[in-house]
Amino acid sequence: MRAARSPRRILERWLFRVGDPEPSPVQLGQRRIFVLPTSFGLALGASLLVMLLASINYNLSLGFALTFLIAGTAWVSIHHAFRTLIHLGVRAGRSPAVFLGEAAVFSVILDNPADRHRRGLQLWPTGSPSPEETFDLSPDTTQVIKITVATHSRGWLQLPRLTLESRYPLGLIRAWSLFQPELRCLVYPALEQHSPSLPFGDGPRPGDRGRQGGTDDFAGLRHHQPADSPRHIAWKAVARGAPWQTKEFEGHSARVIWLDWNTLPPSMDVETRLSRLARWVVEAERAGVDYGLRLPGSSHPPGQGEPHRHACLKMLALHGSPGHD
Amino acid sequence: MVRPDMTKPSLRPDQTGWLIAAAGLSLAPHASHLPLAISALCLLLLLWRGLLNHRGAPLPSRSLLLLIVAVMASLVLLEFRHFFGKDPGIALLAGLLSLKLLETRSPRDGRAVLLLSFFMQLGQFLYQQHMGIAALALMGTLAAVGAMLALQGRPEPVGQRIRVAGTLVLQGLPLMVVLFVLFPRVPGPLWGLPADAFNRSTGLSDTMTPGDIAHLSESGAIAFRAAFQGASPPPPAERYWRGPVLSRFDGRSWHQGPTTRLSKPAYTPQGPAHSYILTLEPHNQRWLLALDFPASAPERIHTDNFQLLAREPVRERVRLALVSYPQTPVGLQERTVTLSEALTLPPTGNPRTRALGERLRTQVTRPEDIPDHLITFFRQSRLTYTLSPQALGEDDVDSFLFDTRQGFCEHFAGAFVFALRAAGVPARVVTGYQGGELNPVDGTLVVRQSDAHAWTEVWLEGRGWVRIDPTAAAAPRRLEDGLAAALGGEGRIPLLARGDLVWLKALRNQFDALNNRWNQWVLGYNQGRQQEMMAWLGLHQAGWQELAALMSGALGLVMAVLAGWILRNRHKIDPIDRSWLTFCRRLSALGFPRQSWEGPIEYTRRVSTLRADLADPVLAIGTGYALLRYGQNPADHALLHRFHQSVKRFRPR
Repeated sequence: MRAARSPRRILERWLFRVGDPEPSPVQLGQRRIFVLPTSFGLALGASLLVMLLASINYNLSLGFALTFLIAGTAWVSIHHAFRTLIHLGVRAGRSPAVFLGEAAVFSVILDNPADRHRRGLQLWPTGSPSPEETFDLSPDTTQVIKITVATHSRGWLQLPRLTLESRYPLGLIRAWSLFQPELRCLVYPALEQHSPSLPFGDGPRPGDRGRQGGTDDFAGLRHHQPADSPRHIAWKAVARGAPWQTKEFEGHSARVIWLDWNTLPPSMDVETRLSRLARWVVEAERAGVDYGLRLPGSSHPPGQGEPHRHACLKMLALHGSPGHD
Repeated sequence: MVRPDMTKPSLRPDQTGWLIAAAGLSLAPHASHLPLAISALCLLLLLWRGLLNHRGAPLPSRSLLLLIVAVMASLVLLEFRHFFGKDPGIALLAGLLSLKLLETRSPRDGRAVLLLSFFMQLGQFLYQQHMGIAALALMGTLAAVGAMLALQGRPEPVGQRIRVAGTLVLQGLPLMVVLFVLFPRVPGPLWGLPADAFNRSTGLSDTMTPGDIAHLSESGAIAFRAAFQGASPPPPAERYWRGPVLSRFDGRSWHQGPTTRLSKPAYTPQGPAHSYILTLEPHNQRWLLALDFPASAPERIHTDNFQLLAREPVRERVRLALVSYPQTPVGLQERTVTLSEALTLPPTGNPRTRALGERLRTQVTRPEDIPDHLITFFRQSRLTYTLSPQALGEDDVDSFLFDTRQGFCEHFAGAFVFALRAAGVPARVVTGYQGGELNPVDGTLVVRQSDAHAWTEVWLEGRGWVRIDPTAAAAPRRLEDGLAAALGGEGRIPLLARGDLVWLKALRNQFDALNNRWNQWVLGYNQGRQQEMMAWLGLHQAGWQELAALMSGALGLVMAVLAGWILRNRHKIDPIDRSWLTFCRRLSALGFPRQSWEGPIEYTRRVSTLRADLADPVLAIGTGYALLRYGQNPADHALLHRFHQSVKRFRPR
């Protein structure tokens, strides 16, 4: 399968006019829809041929009529299958970031602008086994379909080429279209399974102030400084019209942790380092400490919160990839 | 495209229900010819499957199914003694279809059931093709299409499913009509038919009882074909294809007498020769049905009564290269034993015909004139040539000649020979085929079972055996134009001839007429009809190329209509919007296009300030649209009407 991929891709490119990912929305015009008989369709075709020969041989006029009626109905089903797909619109939806090893979930939005049902649809990544379940689109509706893709490496994962297929109405004809909307999912490095606990020990160095801003226990209020985290501002007091003040907390974790590539043992390889750092980022966020990230050639200042976590993990995910953005 | 299909989804009850319906409708008409035990078994199996489906119970085990297969096979064997041929084949197929349903678990099995059902629907046409059967087959097709829909789609109410299936079939109908009318028809068969096809009646037998040939004549199957090389075939009146010669009469049936086998013909061929290739369909007999009188044919057997025989019964299609000399005098020196057999009559029976013979013997001085006098008598008796004569009395010949005066060729030939023998003229019955239809496409002469015929040979001193066809006396067109022309528009069954059931008779006549049309135009739609149709369309002598071209054109037309229907992508526009858009277009033509940010009120207000003369209607329409679209009561009919009317009347300049 893998070996045949390259010539197959070339063939697909030429035959099915598919190329690079396309910007949304993709409109399914008649040139993008292909129809071929299913195995059942081929079996029916062979049966009809036998029935035709028998009708000729036995001079069965009604045999001709029956054969031609079934053939006509089967032919009409080609048009129906074609009609199921034509003038559908495909748009890219969302694709939240995942850790390597988890399945990436892409949302693809299908628009049915026509005033008729589209039945028996299946949407899946080209090349993988088709799903058992089919879905229908009601007239004038939009439906979000989730495409699940296994992740094999960190970094950006492009939504793979998709096959939209329908065998409606009779199962004799398979009408399909191939497309690849522009939609990427960020894959963070895998989380290390049994990583050492957060490197608190390295944090406070001798000579630092004994007291650092933690988040565990309320210790009092001090004057507000512009760099203070908004979530530590005493908003109630501000609302009463009092001067801006910042809440101070105290605790064992009340310090900044630097998650530093260089402090890891030299024997570790790149991916293991990234996995450990990713794990630490997740744990530090959970522990509620401020954390910063240092990688060779780049770093991220300490902080916390969802955007900060995402920025750190994204840095890890794209580490070493050219022109990461 | 093979996908791993490990987890085969099981069928939903509605899918199984549709499959049972399709199979049942396909099997139902077979009940008329299947042995009762097999019909009952099939019905039982279908009911069982229906019950299991209704209850959601598991299907029977494989071993039980195998047991049923064994039972069914033994039933077929008990009934037919073997498995080969049409009847046992259809019986087995019917049983297998019913059984297959009992092990139908996946959609794939279901599709196999549907293909089998289609074959069964075709199979029933081997037995009967009347209108009721056609209607039943149409229902079967509808059910099969419904089953395909069910296999592919979600559960739906039965009525809805029938509607969708009916729509599909209706849309397929134009293609069907085009193909049916224009698909180039060739005179079949393409290959040999099973020996028991067409009610085991594909051919003559070595005896002849009144009714035999009439029965055979109802079959349109091809007996043989003859391709004449070089010159055109002999005229219809010379096309006598010799089968069994029957010289013994037992009072009811005619039989073959003893024949002597010769390696060479018993005559010297003379006169014009016709060489031809005879392609004989298998009839499981030995006679080769050569045109009278064939020259020496190697590897074949000649007989002293001028037949040509094969060494083995003809069980598959054979091709023979033959030369015949129709005008050869034969039997100039005939053996006395043959002549005396040609004079033998049973000791009793048919006294009136015997008396007729006696009268001829005494009144006619020269024996060679007797046949002519007898022909004259036949003609004056106004005998009717019919496929369905009235039942004859005890003395067949007497009652044919003097009472019913209705008969088919075997009556004519038998009576003629009987009377001649009574008059002392040696005579015998010859059976075979007469005539044949020339296929204009390839120029072959096609001879069908309906051309089966019986005629006579009379031995005259100095002239030998002379062929006389007494049927020609009553129905001369039989020779020239074939059976159908000779019979005219005769109804098959002289039923309800009573005068007191006029309405019933009228109804019956209507039905007969309809049936006749059906037979003529649907069942009898063959090459000839196709040619007639083409001639009617102005296309004379259309070969298969013209037909194929015409068919492609018509199919293309139908498909273009279908394609147009697919690509049609009209949005349904609400009538209110349509009126509003018309209004906007008209204003736009005046130079006041609506800006995209303008609502109806702002727009019309703006236009009314620019064109004070149009202010009233414009403002009214703008307000009307806003009210209809966004107002409290959108279904205000009076307002709606007023709105449409004012837009219609709004034609500013």
